[in-house]
Amino acid sequence: MILDSKIPSGPLETKWEKHIADGKLVNPANKRKYEVIIVGSGLAGASAAATLGELGYSVKCFTFHDSPRRAHSIAAQGGINAAKNYQNDGDSVYRLFYDTIKGGDFRSREANVYRLAQVSVNIIDQCVAQGVPFAREYGGLLANRSFGGAQVSRTFYARGQTGQQLLLGAYSTLSRQIGLGTVKMFPNSEMLELVLVDGHAKGIVTRNLNTGAIERHSAHAVVLATGGYGNVFNLSTYARNSNCTAAWRAYRKGATFANPCYTQIHPTCIPVSGDYQSKLTLMSESLRNDGRIWAPKKEGDRRPPNEIPEEERDYYLERKYPSFGNLAPRDISSRAAKEACDEGRGVGETGLGVYLDFKDAIERLGESVIKERYGNLFDIYKEITNENAYEVPMRIYPAVHYTMGGLWVDYNLMSNIPGLFVTGEANFSDHGANRLGASALMQGLADGYFVLPYTIPHYLAEIPRDPAPPTSHEAFSETEEEVTTRTQRLLTNGGKQTVKSFHKRLGNLMWDYCGMARNKAGLETAIQEIPKLKEEFWDDVNVPGEGSELNQSLELAGRVGDFLELGELMCRDALAREESCGGHFREEHQYEDGEALRDDENFSHVAAWEFKGDGNAPERHIENLEYEAVKMVTRSYK
Amino acid sequence: MNVTIRVWRQKNDQSEGRFEDHEAKDLNPNMSFLEMLDVVNEDLTNAGKDPIAFAHDCREGICGTCSCMINGKPHGPESGVATCQTYMRSFQDGDVIVVEPFRAKAFPIIKDLVCDRSAFDSIMHSGGFISIRTGSAPDANAIPIGKEVADMAMDAAACIGCGACVAACKNSSAMLFVSAKAGQLNLLPQGKPEKDARVLNMVATMDEAGFGNCTNQYECSAACPKEISEEFISKLNRDYLAASVKSVFKAVPSTMG
Amino acid sequence: MNILQVLFKTSIGKKVLMAVTGLIMVGFIVGHLIGNLQLFAPPEKINAYAHFLEGLGPALWAIRAFLLLTLALHVWMAIQLTLENKAARPKDYTSQQTLRASYASRTMRLSGFIVLAFLIYHLLHFTVRIEGFGTYPHTTLLDGTPVRDVHSMMVFGFQNVWISLFYIISVGLLSWHLSHGLVSMFQTIGLQSRAWSNFLSKLAVLFSILYFLGNAAIPGAVLAGVVKIENPEVAGYVCPAKCAVCEAKKAKT
Repeated sequence: MILDSKIPSGPLETKWEKHIADGKLVNPANKRKYEVIIVGSGLAGASAAATLGELGYSVKCFTFHDSPRRAHSIAAQGGINAAKNYQNDGDSVYRLFYDTIKGGDFRSREANVYRLAQVSVNIIDQCVAQGVPFAREYGGLLANRSFGGAQVSRTFYARGQTGQQLLLGAYSTLSRQIGLGTVKMFPNSEMLELVLVDGHAKGIVTRNLNTGAIERHSAHAVVLATGGYGNVFNLSTYARNSNCTAAWRAYRKGATFANPCYTQIHPTCIPVSGDYQSKLTLMSESLRNDGRIWAPKKEGDRRPPNEIPEEERDYYLERKYPSFGNLAPRDISSRAAKEACDEGRGVGETGLGVYLDFKDAIERLGESVIKERYGNLFDIYKEITNENAYEVPMRIYPAVHYTMGGLWVDYNLMSNIPGLFVTGEANFSDHGANRLGASALMQGLADGYFVLPYTIPHYLAEIPRDPAPPTSHEAFSETEEEVTTRTQRLLTNGGKQTVKSFHKRLGNLMWDYCGMARNKAGLETAIQEIPKLKEEFWDDVNVPGEGSELNQSLELAGRVGDFLELGELMCRDALAREESCGGHFREEHQYEDGEALRDDENFSHVAAWEFKGDGNAPERHIENLEYEAVKMVTRSYK
Repeated sequence: MNVTIRVWRQKNDQSEGRFEDHEAKDLNPNMSFLEMLDVVNEDLTNAGKDPIAFAHDCREGICGTCSCMINGKPHGPESGVATCQTYMRSFQDGDVIVVEPFRAKAFPIIKDLVCDRSAFDSIMHSGGFISIRTGSAPDANAIPIGKEVADMAMDAAACIGCGACVAACKNSSAMLFVSAKAGQLNLLPQGKPEKDARVLNMVATMDEAGFGNCTNQYECSAACPKEISEEFISKLNRDYLAASVKSVFKAVPSTMG
Repeated sequence: MNILQVLFKTSIGKKVLMAVTGLIMVGFIVGHLIGNLQLFAPPEKINAYAHFLEGLGPALWAIRAFLLLTLALHVWMAIQLTLENKAARPKDYTSQQTLRASYASRTMRLSGFIVLAFLIYHLLHFTVRIEGFGTYPHTTLLDGTPVRDVHSMMVFGFQNVWISLFYIISVGLLSWHLSHGLVSMFQTIGLQSRAWSNFLSKLAVLFSILYFLGNAAIPGAVLAGVVKIENPEVAGYVCPAKCAVCEAKKAKT
């Protein structure tokens, strides 16, 4: 299979402009005749649905949530990057582009990332015009903060609730289009299959989560904006219901899955406290602006943090990476925390934690300033741990937070299945092997507001101007049959073990073998163990209740069933990538000082996996990454 | 610790509901309330019974999905948090905890503790937005907005749309929700052109949905996990009145009939 | 939507009607109280005041009609809003905590209902003056003109402990009603902020207390014997020592 990225020719700076100018357009009068299905209503989905609806297309938007406003984009705390250079500190489109490419450890597509940096400035304008209440200075102008992996202040934020505010902005514009009738919203609807007609994506099959009704929906094109798959680890900072099912079903229908092993482990989460835990909570990276990360120098030092004298503390990020210090990128900070804990210097009950200390910042700026900047984060920390972080340092530990991998897409955000577009976290394109903080919101909105609305017409203008296939088409009946069979099988399985217990076991396997550090033996073990677990799941899972009503066990069962397959693919990808880069760290490939050792000669490519049928190994395809504008260097934050 | 939950079970909106008692044993006080429900559900599933349906998603207090009435208060005993941020340490060993769904005519029950809050979305469709075409926005710093106004707008914008305000109000009024949504946009210069239409339409949709009337008791604000102030209700009343009075006296362009 | 539809058909409109009618009635009861406090002055004062009011003729009737209409609207809106509020929660919670609502705010319907009942009695008693409601059809001379002896009527009425008690309780409930109603009014018409509301609620409580004390002072003073019937023609007139009229009466008999 040839993966054609369709990157436009010409200089980097003008590729996007040229691409827009070269593309075909859809006549305004014809737009409403084109139907577009958008699955997902987070930043990428809601912004695309609203914009396409506004342009005149007939849009149907689906979400399994009860309202589009609840998508997990809402939980992003810290901020959104944009190359506005409002701080006059030397920022530019090129610098944001370069930081993102470098942050991604030179494993992302140059052209995509440059486009992302270009449209970043429009996003801020758009959001402010929607009424997003970004933080402002006393003069009334927008405020900025710094984030990991950057030496300029380019992050816009709305208290600790930036994701929420951006999503509510997108949701409000979507609401307007729903009110106008250009977008039809289908809440409580989970996509369970993709429908292909003559090799083109032409529809989906959904289950109404409240009534259990299986429904068919057809369109001229399908957009998946269904987010990431971090819940394959069971414990993560993802919402409990985030899942990979939509993307995974598309994969099984022929869409290739790119770089599944690139997972981001966020360095500043609240440590796990017990076996019952269902969720890990992130403490925004922005805390690292003012907080200092340290671990005791001595092994097994169990003294309360405030009793450990200054000279016995190891501010390891400042020590190892003096120029970026506590603002080193996420993958590096996470691994450094893991190292400290592996050396027996971890803190807290479990020994899996390090300190994030605000003492100096409080002394320097006063408690009120810290409260103003991070008050709600300190409150969250207090609620969860019952500790006051103004007085004792926070305890943090890395947790799964984002997946850079996803369905493979070309420059138009179209997968290798014609008519199937993938946006936001669900695709693989912009973050390479590691995502910088405050870039996920930027990518989701860039895709939805400013990229997809320009690229979807290129496809629509080329297909025959016929109505979308009727849902009575045999492709729909066959696909619906697949869904019904699978659902019935889960409901009548009559097994003994709960769905959650399988999820937990899968999560443990993934964390142990495909987590922050990976090695050949471990990955091989996982590739053995996960299929066994999958077999056990289908033999012995117990799904109570009926299919014709709200059945949360059934929902989870379907999702865990797909995670069990995805987990294996992630391990295969991690095993095949014999190098360390960004969020993918192979213990065999490191410098003496423990830094990631990239292999640009052999692995400067995207690995995209093709499904070859159950029981067969998937096939690995590659798309070479060509760097025209930047020189690949060893990533250094020292 | 051990507790008993007296939990509302109801198959759907048409059927009668009832309370059921379930034991939750060997709990860790640092468990969240929802994790306690997870434990009960695992036990129920293993015992061949139907687990309790409850709404949840992000489990960090921001998505607004979780919605239980716990011991007669939305989101449980603590203030300023959602159900998912309520921890078992807020209860005593041996407690009987009464768990009910949010109850309102406008929030019909779907199953057990899950209710349908789509009426909030309908209100948003009728005016909870600023009409701005993608790509047509001026530079973000073109209109300075004083920090105080921006902060006020942010206070209103903190609403997570959970419906606790409706659940807590003895009249099932949605005024706090509507006032927060409208208030955020009405405060900002960008929201001014559509201010009057916004409040008139949103209030009309709110009325149609079957919510009750505000009697200025502010239980909503006390139950709000984001502690949104009732000042926004006052602002909504003011904006609504102004819009209504203006609609009598203002001249309208001929194209608008 | 025209303004009448807004006022009568929307939730905020109905509440605005509640607030505005409430405000008008507050204005009235304040005036009424000030009028009544003239009882503490010599009888001529209040009798002249009553005579002046009655002399307004058609204007008085217009004012009365307006006040009755205001009251009717207030009650009508209260009933409508209450019914809607009940309908908005068809099934109640098994247990529901009160988080913040004041006791007064939660008893508005009850206090309002009792005050209404009192009001009807009060009107029958002093305005319509129906027999059997403690009526007192006496006149007195004011600068040579015969006028209704309101002073004696009030004192006579309040000398009945039960009437006074009912009056004091009802005025108490009305003050209670106002302590929430006054602040609520400002909220409903949109003139409230948190800082100002703290001040306002204190002010409302102070107002309610003063209003109550002012009203309670009247029957209180009567019962305590501070204010007495001063018309010798009236039964219950207790003559001060060396009174010329009594002396004359005595002399006759």
